[in-house]
Amino acid sequence: MSAGGNSNLILAPVAPPSSQGETGFLASAFTPRALGIALGLFASVALVSEAWAQLVAGGERLGILATLWKWAPLVLIGPPREFGGFALNILVSFLAMAIGTVSGLVLGLGLISKFAPVRSVSWAITQFFRNSPWLVLLFFVMLLTPFQFRIGGLTIPFPAWFKATVGLALPVMANVAEIVRGAVNSIPTGQWESAESLAFSRLQTLWRIILPQCVKRMIPPWMNWYAILTMSTPLISIVGVNDAMTLTQDALASEQRTDLLMPMYGMLLLFFFVYCYPIARWTIRLERKFAVRI
Amino acid sequence: MTTAWTPDQPIVGIKDVHKSFGPIEVLKGVSLNVRKGEVVCIIGPSGSGKSTLLRCINALVPINQGSIKVEGQEVHDPALDKLELRKKVGMVFQSYNLFPHKTALENVMMAPIHVLKRPKEEVEAQARGLIKKVRLEGKEDAYPGELSGGQQQRVAIARSLAMNPDIMLFDEVTAALDPETVKEVLVTIRELAEEGMTCMLVTHEMGFAREVGDHIYFTDRGIIVEHGPPATFFTNASDPRTRAFLSQIL
Ligand SMILES: Nc1ncnc2c1ncn2[C@@H]1O[C@H](COP(=O)(O)OP(=O)(O)OP(=O)(O)O)[C@@H](O)[C@H]1O
Ligand SMILES: [Mg+2]
Repeated sequence: MSAGGNSNLILAPVAPPSSQGETGFLASAFTPRALGIALGLFASVALVSEAWAQLVAGGERLGILATLWKWAPLVLIGPPREFGGFALNILVSFLAMAIGTVSGLVLGLGLISKFAPVRSVSWAITQFFRNSPWLVLLFFVMLLTPFQFRIGGLTIPFPAWFKATVGLALPVMANVAEIVRGAVNSIPTGQWESAESLAFSRLQTLWRIILPQCVKRMIPPWMNWYAILTMSTPLISIVGVNDAMTLTQDALASEQRTDLLMPMYGMLLLFFFVYCYPIARWTIRLERKFAVRI
Repeated sequence: MTTAWTPDQPIVGIKDVHKSFGPIEVLKGVSLNVRKGEVVCIIGPSGSGKSTLLRCINALVPINQGSIKVEGQEVHDPALDKLELRKKVGMVFQSYNLFPHKTALENVMMAPIHVLKRPKEEVEAQARGLIKKVRLEGKEDAYPGELSGGQQQRVAIARSLAMNPDIMLFDEVTAALDPETVKEVLVTIRELAEEGMTCMLVTHEMGFAREVGDHIYFTDRGIIVEHGPPATFFTNASDPRTRAFLSQIL
């Protein structure tokens, strides 16, 4: 063993194994045909329920499609002059991802720190948040944090939706940290050695040589976690936030019609699908592209 | 720091160096001196500690016992600024280790700009000159993945030279290359040697060692078994281990 590591001519398309598995799953699940099937299924459920409703109610009530059309704006963007609905889910997903990514990068660098105590603490945090149910974490954050912070005379409100965002950001943080650690470790040790022998400091090596090579490897698993996060945002409905899930339930409560249950939830599923599906496709494209040349 | 060093003293002075990885003692008391402008070749069977010895010289690995002085400065003094040492000692590896996300020219320019903080224009001029020197004109904008092994290795040499080192360490730099490209790289190293660069090279190219080396060291199992100028070393090796090794190789 002379120079530690193979020639860097051939760089394998390395992504952390766990996330590669997950994107691999997405790859097989979301084909254009799958999109067609999903849309078709939704349409037939809607049409059958529509026909059935017409039959039972004899046209006294609004048809199912018309009802969906009536509620769609509320579910999408929330009540008038209030921010909510699916748009809130997206906002929460953006914010949680941003918080999770920044803190995850820091935590990930902690995982590879040369300083053992930092490494252990980072490891413990990562493991804890990676292996906790998101819903329970969400409750924890809701109960742990006050509704407002008071710094001096200034009161900073800490609304429920923001607490929920933080709650979702925690597992994202831990998983991003794991992505960072995996990507950094996948860089051949020869890169560190040659940087060291050129008198680069450790920080310079990380910043200028190692991390730039990691970005491409990190993007596909990172996007994959974004999709998972987005699909988990309906969890925040249980903490009393006007997200798409809450509003769908509100709409159903005010309609009091069992024949609407499936179509309304179906519509909600469709919103998520239409948003997440392109992300999944794009992730796969990037994964393939980066696999060819790094 | 230590300014007592003068060019007539050894530029690299290694005295009774011991190094263990866990329970395995890889270097068991190695001593050797290199004078300025000298080309020293280290040969020996696999696992005898040649790479480890080179890595100790630029403090990539710490030693357990003994002393290594580069230009009179103790390398394993805990107070030593390792980065300052590494600015003086260039190292080229068997596996090239170019930065794959940077072009050939950028690879050469990076360290002088970010480590030595020299002005970019000046560094670029020097880097272009070095690329020309290693006969890679026209490849400035190629990424490492687009270059052959021999070309990558020559970029790696240029990258090291851009730091204007006083000493160059070469660790089996041709071992991963096919016979055709070995020559291109050896030509580059020979030119360096002729210009008076102090070189320490671990190599399996006996013909090359004989031709450019001023002094040959043969290592086996962590000790220097035998050494001497090439003329005597290759013809009058006295130790049976050296003879066995040479008869296998030659
Ligand atoms: N970082 C390390 N950790 C543990 N053992 C190591 C390490 N580096 C080298 N060794 C061991 O030290 C011994 C000497 O290794 P070294 O690379 O110096 O040999 P070498 O003479 O360069 O061999 P080769 O001709 O194969 O390159 C080997 O047995 C090797 O397994
Ligand atoms: Mg070696």
